[in-house]
Amino acid sequence: MTAATAVLRAQGLGKKYRQRWALSDCTLDVPAGRVVGLVGPNGAGKSTLLNLASGMLAPTTGTIEVCGGRPATGPAQLAKVGYVSQDTPTYAALTVADHLTLGARLNPRWDASLARDRIRRIGLDPSQRAGQLSGGQRAQLALTLGLAKRPELLVLDEPVAALDPLARREFLDDLTDAISGQKMTVLLSSHLISDVERVCDHVIVLVDSRVQVSFAAAELIAGHHRLTGPDGASADLPAGHQVISTSRAHGRTTLVVRADAPATGSASWTVEPVSLEDIVLAYIGRQTADRSSDSRPAAGLGAHR
Amino acid sequence: MIWLAWRQLRTQATVAIAALAVVAALLAMTGPHLADLHSTAGRGLIQQLSPTDTTLYFVGGVAVLLVPALIGMFWGAPLVANELEAGTHRLAWNQGVTRTRWLATKLALTGLTAMVATGLISIAVTWWSSPVDQAVAAGGSDNTDNFVPRIAPAIFSARGIVPIGYAAFAFVLGVTCGIVIRRALPAMAATLATYTAALLALPLWLREHLAPPSTATVPFTHDRMANYLLDSVTHVDIGKPDVWVTAEQTLDSTGHPAHAMPSAYTNCDAIKSCIDALAQAGYQQRVTYQPAGNFWTLQWAETGIFLGLAIGLGALCVWWTRSRLT
Repeated sequence: MTAATAVLRAQGLGKKYRQRWALSDCTLDVPAGRVVGLVGPNGAGKSTLLNLASGMLAPTTGTIEVCGGRPATGPAQLAKVGYVSQDTPTYAALTVADHLTLGARLNPRWDASLARDRIRRIGLDPSQRAGQLSGGQRAQLALTLGLAKRPELLVLDEPVAALDPLARREFLDDLTDAISGQKMTVLLSSHLISDVERVCDHVIVLVDSRVQVSFAAAELIAGHHRLTGPDGASADLPAGHQVISTSRAHGRTTLVVRADAPATGSASWTVEPVSLEDIVLAYIGRQTADRSSDSRPAAGLGAHR
Repeated sequence: MIWLAWRQLRTQATVAIAALAVVAALLAMTGPHLADLHSTAGRGLIQQLSPTDTTLYFVGGVAVLLVPALIGMFWGAPLVANELEAGTHRLAWNQGVTRTRWLATKLALTGLTAMVATGLISIAVTWWSSPVDQAVAAGGSDNTDNFVPRIAPAIFSARGIVPIGYAAFAFVLGVTCGIVIRRALPAMAATLATYTAALLALPLWLREHLAPPSTATVPFTHDRMANYLLDSVTHVDIGKPDVWVTAEQTLDSTGHPAHAMPSAYTNCDAIKSCIDALAQAGYQQRVTYQPAGNFWTLQWAETGIFLGLAIGLGALCVWWTRSRLT
């Protein structure tokens, strides 16, 4: 990925809270024009990274550049980045209509008709106070503010974490509709891979501040395979296969491998496609295994905002 | 941003305007009668005040003192703390305005509203009380009532323009507490405590130095009111009912501060012979005071100090919001 197409670039990025590193030495590029899912276990530093991207936090070490500038350095920079924070806060005493006025007054590129239409379609009463909305409605209102701002990058930090399964699905489907046909990059974090699978076309797996893999979702699925064979068959794994995870049960070994073309010629292995969730879990599992076997400083261990 | 700041202030401002209107109406109804009374009775006004007038006079003074404290607690402390508690600052800071402008607008709009509201109530109370204050300044009060001249600490803080300075200070102090503590309720308590301490400390240590004092050295005579104690004399009347006495010192015959009272004074048996004993020994009383003419000098100086403190705290708020809040 080249610099020209990266909407967010982090280099050696770190954030320390007193004695604890929430994110350390993180280097990653977020491609422009995609819906990017940032997944990883709790404590991987997802939220910290997104807070750094929106300028809510300032980095302790390293640099982060979003849409060509340092986050939140001025009105022009703020206009380029939309951010809907975890638990989607809104002003309880202000009405839905007030929130739209707020967006219109504070954002130079505000799209009033988009905001109005969305509110109508979602079925929110403009005269209702935000404090009386359900969690799902509040999340929708916050998302509307983020979308109607027309940012180049829209950052959503665990937008559905507080929602029930139905509201979660509705929110994500609606998000997909809302961003289709717009030249907007969306960066969405979640610890649930199914959420990401529903809306994202690019996946970044972050474990312990490290990017494990960053791929278009389709490529990720096409480039990974599940191989099942008898124990001891590992020896005849063809070249070009990178083993991501290994599990053994009942005398059979199951591998998740990364390879452009699966080893269809090999007799000992049964090749199956593997789901995005299994790929992500394989990467997370690999990192956890590495961590227990080597003595790398456990940067960011258990550190989650 | 002004729209949002105003939208968030609207309810409080409405309450303030309503309260202000009630106070103004009450004072407007009773004020003219007081002025009439003063024009006929002059300094005798104090003796002719009805219980209602007296109550209004003291309630008005207390109200002017209270308003800045209430503004600090209910407008200042929650201004940012409420946002931090509800997380709405994360919404506000990700619109197209910087944190600095967000805070500066909120501070300016709410702060100026607080100053205007306090200024109006202070002007109203100062106007209403002026017949009483004039009568007291002319010597219409004696030590059987609780009236003091307007330059005296108890009343000074409830007159003129200083309440505006207090309001600005209390408001920004509240905001600062809210930003540092990050929770509205403890911030309100901290605001009240700090503001009260500041308001008590100021007349005690600072105010008397804000304008050059005058001194009067007077002999002890029978017709001069004073409080004759065993080892000192206090509250010596210098015939100026409109001043604020800041210090008193008994001088011996050489004009130096007296280390001991004359033996004739310590052994005297009647008040008359006691006074004679002091007079014959050449003792005098030196009284340091702020003359009535210093009223506005002190008012401006103190207002300036509090506005300066408010600006300093405001700068601290901006710095803290930019660099320490997330």
